[in-house]
Amino acid sequence: MYELFKARAERAGAEVHRFTTKAEAEAYIVDLFQKEQVRDETGHLVVWADCPFLDEALKERVSTLPGMRFTVSREDANAAWIGISQVDGALAEIGTLVQDATAIDKRLVSMLPEVHLAILSTKTIVADMPAWIAQTDTSTLGSYMSMITGPSRTADIERVLTIGVHGPRRLVVCCVDEMGGVA
Amino acid sequence: MEKQFRESIGTALDDAKLSAALGKFSVDYKVNRAKIYEDTDFEALRSQIAACKSYAAEHMEELAAEFTKNAEARGAKVFRANSPEAVREYILQVAKDNGVKLIVKSKSMATEEIHLNPFLEKEGIEVAETDLGEWIIQLAGQRPSHMVMPAIHLTREDVADIFSKEVEERLSSDIPRLVQLAREKLRPKFLQAGMGISGGNIAVAETGTVVLVTNEGNARLTTTLPKVHVAVIGLEKLVAKFADVAPILKALPRSATAQLLTSYVSMITGPAPTDDGGVKDLHIVLMDNQRSAMAHDPMFKEALQCIRCASCLNVCPIFRLVGGHVFGKVYTGAIGTILTAWYEGLQQSEDIQGLCIMCGACKDVCPGKIDIPSLIMEVRRRLVQNEGVPLIQKSIYQVVNNRKLFHGMLRAASVAGKPLSKGGFIRHLPLFLSDLTEGRSLPAIAATPLRDSIKKIEQPKGLQEKAVFYAGCLIDFAYPEMGEALVKILNKAGVEVLFPEGQTCCGAPARYSGVYEIAAKNSKDNIDALLSVAADYVVSACPTCTVALNEEFIATFKSLGQTEHLARAEQLAAKTMDFSTLVKKLVDEGRLSLKEGQQLGKITYHDSCHLKRSLRADQPPRELLQKAGYEISEMFECDVCCGMGGSYSVKLPEMSAPILQRKLKNIKDTGAPVVAMDCPGCVMQIRGGMHQDGAGVQVRHTVELIAQQLAD
Ligand code: SF4
Ligand code: SF4
Repeated sequence: MYELFKARAERAGAEVHRFTTKAEAEAYIVDLFQKEQVRDETGHLVVWADCPFLDEALKERVSTLPGMRFTVSREDANAAWIGISQVDGALAEIGTLVQDATAIDKRLVSMLPEVHLAILSTKTIVADMPAWIAQTDTSTLGSYMSMITGPSRTADIERVLTIGVHGPRRLVVCCVDEMGGVA
Repeated sequence: MEKQFRESIGTALDDAKLSAALGKFSVDYKVNRAKIYEDTDFEALRSQIAACKSYAAEHMEELAAEFTKNAEARGAKVFRANSPEAVREYILQVAKDNGVKLIVKSKSMATEEIHLNPFLEKEGIEVAETDLGEWIIQLAGQRPSHMVMPAIHLTREDVADIFSKEVEERLSSDIPRLVQLAREKLRPKFLQAGMGISGGNIAVAETGTVVLVTNEGNARLTTTLPKVHVAVIGLEKLVAKFADVAPILKALPRSATAQLLTSYVSMITGPAPTDDGGVKDLHIVLMDNQRSAMAHDPMFKEALQCIRCASCLNVCPIFRLVGGHVFGKVYTGAIGTILTAWYEGLQQSEDIQGLCIMCGACKDVCPGKIDIPSLIMEVRRRLVQNEGVPLIQKSIYQVVNNRKLFHGMLRAASVAGKPLSKGGFIRHLPLFLSDLTEGRSLPAIAATPLRDSIKKIEQPKGLQEKAVFYAGCLIDFAYPEMGEALVKILNKAGVEVLFPEGQTCCGAPARYSGVYEIAAKNSKDNIDALLSVAADYVVSACPTCTVALNEEFIATFKSLGQTEHLARAEQLAAKTMDFSTLVKKLVDEGRLSLKEGQQLGKITYHDSCHLKRSLRADQPPRELLQKAGYEISEMFECDVCCGMGGSYSVKLPEMSAPILQRKLKNIKDTGAPVVAMDCPGCVMQIRGGMHQDGAGVQVRHTVELIAQQLAD
C-alpha cells in the first residue's frame, strides 16, 4: 500500500519519505529546517498546527530553534516558509492525503506557506476513495475535510504546468511507521 | 443564421493562434485522457455516475430538501433561489449586512451564468476572481471560452500584455513569472476580503456537504480566510449519498485535465472555525434557474447528469476549429449548446446549435453518459417547432417527402447535370436540391440509378435466404456501383437481394435539421416498403441510413409522440444490419470466401461517425480488408469526422472545409494509395476533396474493394 501511495503521490509532484520511528522523522524535519534556513524573519518562519505528533517533548526540543510558531495566526502563516500538520490518512491509488481540517490552524499551515510538510502514519493509508468513504462515519463528518494531492498547480496559461499558484509549491510527506503512542 | 454570427465564425477560423492552441490541445488531450483511464473500466464508471445523477435529477426536490435540512442542522444557512435575480439580491444583501467591500471568488460557472460580477461591481463592491484563468479573463474584460480552462484562447504574450496593464509595468511572457505575479497580487486580496464566493462541484444531500475541487488552492483560501462564505450551487449538483462522491471524483479530474485527482478537494459540512476565534458565516445558495424544469422534461433531464468536465468540448472537431467564443455563450461547446438553450432561452441557442456536425465524439467520452448529439437535435427540433423552417428549406423537404417527385427530380438532374460533369465530377449537384457551394468536386448523378440497374442484374435462382437492400439516396442515385457490388457479394454467399421500390430517403437530412414531421413521414414510407417483402434481414451500406433504420425511426416517432408505427419500426430495427458486419459474419460462417493469399499492399481506413460511434462496427471492415489481403496502415485520428455531416457541408462549408483538409492530410501521411470507408457520404466528401487536392489517393467504399476479391 505504501509503495503505491508513494509512487502515485510522487507522480503528482509530492516528495515522500518513510521513517520507521517518530524520532527518525523528527531528525529529518530538524534537518530540513536547516537546509531551508528557517529563521525568525518574515517569509522564513515555521508554523506548526497542533497535532499528536507535536507532543510536549518535541515541542520542547524544537522551540529552541529560531522562527518556530506553535499558535498560528494568518499573519504568521502568511509569513512562514514551512507549515507542518499531521494528516489523518491517505488514498494509495491516487497518492492523496486526507485530513480533517476543521481546526483553522491545520488549514492555515497547509495553505499559506511555501512548503507544506505533512506527517502521515503509514498505517492509515487505505486503498482508494471508496475505501475511505466506507470507513468514514458520515454522521460525524468534520466541517472541513481536505484532500491534498501534490503541490498547488495551474495550467491556465497555454496549458503549461506551473507549480505553486495560490498554495504551497512543495509538498513533503513524512510517513512514520511507528508513531509510538501518538496516532 | 445571423450575419454577425457567420462573421464571428470567419474571424475565429482566421485566428491562427487560436486554432494552433486548440488544435494542439485536442491532440494532447486525447493521448492524456486515454492514458489516465488506462486501468479504469470507463463504461462501468460512467454507468455508475449516470445512475446516481439520474436518480438525483428525478428526486431533485426531495434531495434539495434533505440537503437543506442537513446543512442547516450543521449550522449553514441555505437559500433556495429560483431566478438569477434572487441569487444576486441575496448575495448583495449578505454582503451589505457584513459591510463587505472586497469579495474573492473561486471559479464558478453558476455565477458566470447569472452575471454576478458586473452586478456586484455596480453596487460598489470589488470582486476579484482568483482562479488564474478567470482572473486573466476578468482583467481582459472577456468571458471564459472553456469551462475548465477559461483562458485557453490566450497566449502567454496576451497574458503578459493583460498583466502589464494591470501592474503598469512591462512584463515578459515567462509563464512562471506571470504565475508568481498572480500569486503576489491576489494573496493580499484573500487576506483582506470580507467575503468568499465559490461554486460547488457536488452537493451531498445525506450530509449537507459541499464538495469543491481545485488545482491552484484558491478555493481553499476563498472558503477559509474571509469571514463570510457563499457557495452558489446549481440544483443539478445534488447527489443523494456521500458515497456518490467517489465515482464523480474519479471521473471529473481524469476527464477534465487527465489527472488522478486535482491538487485539492475540500468537503465543507457546516461552518468551520475562523482564525478570529469565531465560526464562519456560511451561506449556501441552491440555484434553480430552469434546472427543475429540465428535470421534468423527459428528454433533457439527461443533461442534468453533466459533471462539467468539458471533455465534450475537448474532443469536438468543431470546438477545436472555432473555440468557445463562437461555439457557445456562457457555457460552451457541446453541452454548452444544450445549457444555453435552457438557461438563456431556446432562441439564444439558434446560431450555435447549427454548429454541431453530429459526429458523436462527445457522446463517446461523456462521463455523465449523456447522448449530447441527440439532445442538440432535440434543441433543433424545438426551434423548428417554435419558429418554423425557412421557406427555401421547407420546399426542399416537401420534395424529399414526396418520393415520386423527389426521385423524378433526381433523374432529371442526372440529365441536367451532365453537361457540367467533368471526369465523373460536377460542380453543381442538386443532390439535396439546395445551394451547394463552389470549390468542391461532387459526384455526378448516375445516368441509371440503382433502382433501375438492379432489375437488370441476373441473380441466381432459387436462393433460400433473402436480404432486403436499403440503398439510401447516395448509393441509389450517385453511386449505384456500390449497390451492384453488394448484390454480387451477397449472391455469392447464397443470399438473394430484394429491392422494394417504395424505399426513399431515410429522413436524416430533415431529422438533423430538426424537421421531425418530415423525417417521420420518410420513416413511415420506408417501414412500409422494407417490411412489404419477406426477408431474413435488411442490409444497408450507408451507416447513416443504418442508424436511421436501427434507432432513429423509433426515436423520431417517440419524440413526436406517434405510437402508430412504433411496433413496426422496432421490427425493422431488429432485422437491420450494416454491410460490413453482415459480410464479416458470412465469411466467419464459411458461406463466403475471399481469394487466398492476395497481397494487395497498404490501405488506410477512415471510420465513419455513425459506423464507429453509433453502430460500434469499426472492426468488421478492417478485418474484412485484412482478410482480402490488404495491409492496414492506420492514419492519425482515423475516427475523427471528415466534415461531411449530411447537409452540414452545404450549410457551413467554411467549417467543413478545414475538417476535410485535416482528414486529407492524415490520409496522405500514411502513404497508402487507397483509403477505404463504409459510408457513401464520406466517400463523396473525401473523394471530392482528393480530386481537388490532386493527390491521387483512391477513395473507395469497402463494398467495392471486397467485391473484387471474391473467390471463384
Ligand atoms: S456531435 Fe460532434 S460536432 Fe456535435 S457537439 Fe458532439 S463532438 Fe461536437
Ligand atoms: S456533457 Fe458530459 S462530457 Fe460534457 S461537460 Fe458534461 S459530463 Fe463532461
